[in-house]
Amino acid sequence: MKEYALFIGCTIATRSLNYEVSARKVAAAFDIKFVDIPEFACCGYPMSHVDHDTLLAIAARNLVQAQERGLDVITLCSACTGALTKASKVLAEDPKEREHINKILTKSGSKEFLGKTKVRHFTRILFEQIGPEAIRKKVTRPLTGIRLAPHHGCHYERPAYLFDGFDSAKRPKSLETIISAVGATPVRYINMERCCGGDILAIEEKSAMKVVKAKLDDINAEGADAMVLQCPFCSIMYDEYQATIEDVFQAKYGLPVLYLPQVVGLALGMDPKKDLGMNLNNVKPKALLAKLGVK
Amino acid sequence: MAEDTSGSRPSEKPKEQAKEDVREEFIVVECDELDPNFRDEVAREPGGENIRKCFQCGTCVAMCPVAEQDPRYDPRRIIRMVNLGMRKEVLSGQAIWLCSGCYNCFERCPQDVRPTQILQAIQHIASREGYTHKAFKAAIGLLCQRGRLIEVSEFDNRSRKKLALPEIKEDAPPTKAIVENQRLPERAQDKKPEEKKEEKKPAETKEGAK
Repeated sequence: MKEYALFIGCTIATRSLNYEVSARKVAAAFDIKFVDIPEFACCGYPMSHVDHDTLLAIAARNLVQAQERGLDVITLCSACTGALTKASKVLAEDPKEREHINKILTKSGSKEFLGKTKVRHFTRILFEQIGPEAIRKKVTRPLTGIRLAPHHGCHYERPAYLFDGFDSAKRPKSLETIISAVGATPVRYINMERCCGGDILAIEEKSAMKVVKAKLDDINAEGADAMVLQCPFCSIMYDEYQATIEDVFQAKYGLPVLYLPQVVGLALGMDPKKDLGMNLNNVKPKALLAKLGVK
Repeated sequence: MAEDTSGSRPSEKPKEQAKEDVREEFIVVECDELDPNFRDEVAREPGGENIRKCFQCGTCVAMCPVAEQDPRYDPRRIIRMVNLGMRKEVLSGQAIWLCSGCYNCFERCPQDVRPTQILQAIQHIASREGYTHKAFKAAIGLLCQRGRLIEVSEFDNRSRKKLALPEIKEDAPPTKAIVENQRLPERAQDKKPEEKKEEKKPAETKEGAK
C-alpha cells in the first residue's frame, strides 16, 4: 500500500464533497492510502495574480507539512496542483529561489522546504502509476455504450515544463485513456483543451459564463451522456452554473458533469449515492445510470 | 492597430453599434507619456523575462478562450502596449485581470514569450502600484482571516461528517504570517491610487448573476 498526503484545498472541502468521497473510495480500491494533514491550508493559487513570492511561500509551507511526515502529495483540485507543483518544481531546481523563499518561511515561523516533496494529481496517479490495464482488471460494471466527454482543465498538465510533459499539453489523453479503460466511449469535440473560465468568474461573470457556454455547445454538437472532469472549479462552472447559463442564454443542455473518480467508481461497482455522492451533482446523471441499469 | 490610435471614444458611438463585440475603450498613444523602461521593468519580474521576443503574430489571441468571448481582453495588444511603454494605461486598466491563466497561449507561442506568465508579472506590478483587483483584495483578506479561500462552517463539517469525511479546522495563523510578512494586507485596503481614474463598471456584467 502506497501512502500519500491528501491535499483537498478550499473548494473541495466545502463544495465538492462528491469528488472527495469518490476519490477516497477509488483510492482505497487501488490500495492507495490517503493521509490527512490538518495543517494544510490554502494552496496559494489565488496569490498567483498578486505576488510571485507569496504564492511560492504559501505553497511551500504546505509542502513542508508533507515533508515532515516523509510523504509526497496527492491533489484533487487542478488549481492546487498548479500552485503546489510550481513550488515543488521551481524550488527543487533553483537553489537561489529556494533560499529566498525559505527566508520568508523562516521569518513566518515555518520550517524550511528541502525541495524533495513531489506533487501529483490523483488522475495522474491513476493514469501513470496504476495504469489502464490495472483499472480494466478491476472493472465489474463496464460502462459499455456510455459516451463521456473529457475535460482536462488547465493546471493538470499545463504548463508542460512544470509537469515534465507526462501528458501532452495540447492534446492530453489521461482522461480518454481511463474512460476507455472502464469500457465507456470517449467523445472528442472541438477545442477540447479550452479552459472553464473559472479564474475570471469573480472578475467578469458574464464573460466567464460565455466561456462555459462555448464548451457546452461544443460537447453538445457531438452528443455525450456526461462530461468528465477532475477539478472542482471546472465543476462549479459546468455543473453548478449550468442552470444559470441555460437561463441567461436561453439554451438547454441537461449535461451531467461527473468527476473522474465517480466514473471509475461506477465501473468498479460502487454505489452511485453512498460511495460516489452522485446525489450531490447538480445535473443528475439519471439517464446515464438508467442506461447501465443502476438505481 | 489603426483603431487604437483613432482617438474615437466609445461614448461617441451610436447605441446600436455598441454591441458586445466592440471594444470598450480605445486608447490614444501619447508619445510623450510613454515609459521606455516599462518593458524592462516587466522583463525583470519573474515570468516577464521573454516579453521582448514578441513579434505580434497573434497566436495567443487565436488560442485564447477569453478573447474569443470578450474582445476587451487581447493578450497581444497588452504585450504591445507594454513594449511601447504604455505603463499607466496597462497597469490601471481592467484588461490585465481578464486572463484566465489557462496556458493555452503559453504552449503555442512560436516565440516562447510565455504570455500567461507575462500577464501574471504585469498583475504583480499592478498590485504593488495599488491596482490589485478587488477579487484578489478579498482573497488576501480571507487568507489572513481563515487561511483558506472559503470558510469551513459548522454546517460544512456536519455535511462532511455525514459522508464520513474528516473534520476540517481552520488554521489561519501560518498563512496569515506569510501574507503579512509580504505586506499584502496593505494592498487589500480600499484606498485608490491617486492617479487612478474611477473604476468602470459595465452594468451588463452584473446581469445574469446568480
